[in-house]
Amino acid sequence: MMQPARHSALPGFNLTFGITLLWLSLIVLLPLAALILRPWELGLAGVWHSITEPRVLASLRLSFGVAALAAVVNVPFGLLVAWVMVRYRFPCRNLADSLIDMPLALPTAVAGIALTALFAPKGWIGALLTPLGIKVAYTPLGILVALIFVGLPFVVRTLEPVIMDLPLDSEEAAATLGATRSQIVRRVVLPALIPALLAGFGAALARGVGEYGSVIFIAGNMPMISEIAPLLIVIRLEQLDYAGAAALGLVMLLVSFAILLLLNLLERRIHQRT
Amino acid sequence: MPDFRMTRRSTMFVTLAAAAAGPVRAADTTLLNASYDPTRELYREINRAFAVAWQKEAGQRIAINMSHGGSGAQTRAVLDGLPADVVTLALAADIDALARRGMIAANWQTRLPDNASPYTSTIVFLVRKNNPRAIRDWSDLIEPDVAVITPNPKTSGGARWNFLAALAWAQREPGATAASAEAFMRDLFHHVPVLDTGARGATNSFAQRGLGDVLLAWENEAWLARKELGPDEFTIVYPSLSILAEPPVAVVDSVVDKKGTRVVAEAYLRFLYSKEGQDIVAKHYYRPRDPAVVATYAERYPALKLVTIGDFGGWDVAQATYFADGGMFDRIFTPGK
Repeated sequence: MMQPARHSALPGFNLTFGITLLWLSLIVLLPLAALILRPWELGLAGVWHSITEPRVLASLRLSFGVAALAAVVNVPFGLLVAWVMVRYRFPCRNLADSLIDMPLALPTAVAGIALTALFAPKGWIGALLTPLGIKVAYTPLGILVALIFVGLPFVVRTLEPVIMDLPLDSEEAAATLGATRSQIVRRVVLPALIPALLAGFGAALARGVGEYGSVIFIAGNMPMISEIAPLLIVIRLEQLDYAGAAALGLVMLLVSFAILLLLNLLERRIHQRT
Repeated sequence: MPDFRMTRRSTMFVTLAAAAAGPVRAADTTLLNASYDPTRELYREINRAFAVAWQKEAGQRIAINMSHGGSGAQTRAVLDGLPADVVTLALAADIDALARRGMIAANWQTRLPDNASPYTSTIVFLVRKNNPRAIRDWSDLIEPDVAVITPNPKTSGGARWNFLAALAWAQREPGATAASAEAFMRDLFHHVPVLDTGARGATNSFAQRGLGDVLLAWENEAWLARKELGPDEFTIVYPSLSILAEPPVAVVDSVVDKKGTRVVAEAYLRFLYSKEGQDIVAKHYYRPRDPAVVATYAERYPALKLVTIGDFGGWDVAQATYFADGGMFDRIFTPGK
């Protein structure tokens, strides 16, 4: 859709569309193009070899798997938090509201170091878990904790405006028609929230897949076990293997793009049905 | 020394920011020294002393900025345009990488005495107070439940020395074969709970986070940790065999020629070999080259059986055999191979 089908009634379309296109190209497409063009000096077979090494596959499985798990955890708890923030008034609500944004505002390395200090075997929480045989820091579980931390605001902030716009009268109507509370939640509230839940899931997942700073401090970074794909990219860069790093970057880009596309389609499908 | 507690990354950021902001005091010339992780304290003192000496010698005020990080990361930074006048890195392979891309003359290692390494070090064990796990030698590292801390050899120069020192021992065991040495390395890395990207990160994991029973460390880093965190906290153990680590230095030709800083940059590196420079080197627990200075600090440097990188066929061979993609380090983490 490069050309508008008809002349829009709103003035300024050409100018704004032109600027939009230029801006998107400069900010998004140009770096992406550089990434896409970079790995091919290895040749097709070389790229294939460099992205199918067992260590690479393990890191991709870990990155996408744990990010998905973290997003799955964040969806119900994020929904709960968003619901409470929108529907209830309580003391220190503003404080709680700002707290939700902290994972976004905090430099990720600081978050990583703080979480590691807490969960390391001698940390406050780690010291309690160690006797139970639970190891968090320096295991994939630590990565999960870090990704839940950084992903939470994405779910909450996506859901809040949608919950705010939920028509209260349909819930009241359901109640007057004799629906129980759980019926209202299941039949009236949740269906309206599903697109937003999917969007929040996608945003948290995308953030988790690309997260580097907070994870490397708590992950342990063992090849095949707790080495995330972004770290492997950095390791390849430090070995001056720029093409190999770009190849891995490209794979992450494609997988992320496919997942987000799928979520978008799903969301649209649901929209059409309701 | 407040920045001992800082992470490598945050410290690097601060030093880079300092470099970007320019020298604090008025100076006629500034130099940028891109160095590896555990040399912070050493070069802080070297820089101060050299500035005084240079003012006396050339009447020029000089400010030297530092950038620290893993040796590999620093190499990449210089390749990508960090305008370092000199590099003082953890291994010759990293400076070779700069030479291959034409930034440093190919004969860099013969431009200065002693393979262009004004100081050496070796790899030792740092263990907790009174050595509770009774760790005496490499074989003790693979005892059940012993946790070993060492950084990732893919990114850390020090970790590559650690790796080679362990391998050298395993290769010299009675009846050793290539397979038995590799099996030992596989076993050893199964005892490693976390792989930091740099030596300082590993020291922090061991000393601050209380992780592991033994840290494989540069001799200088081990002594420094002991000094900073209390001699009662840690004990240094010298294994029966280790490796002679020669951290090299070089002027970055492409940078000094553009900036016109060659004379002072070369003087800066030569200062490391002077009596005063060697004294500072020894004070910071590196092994000086000057025999007179070695004699002064003799009690600090127990005689050790040391192999050299030459025993592995030089860095090019060692890099390809052990650390390149698909090399021994990758193999020991891949199950079923």
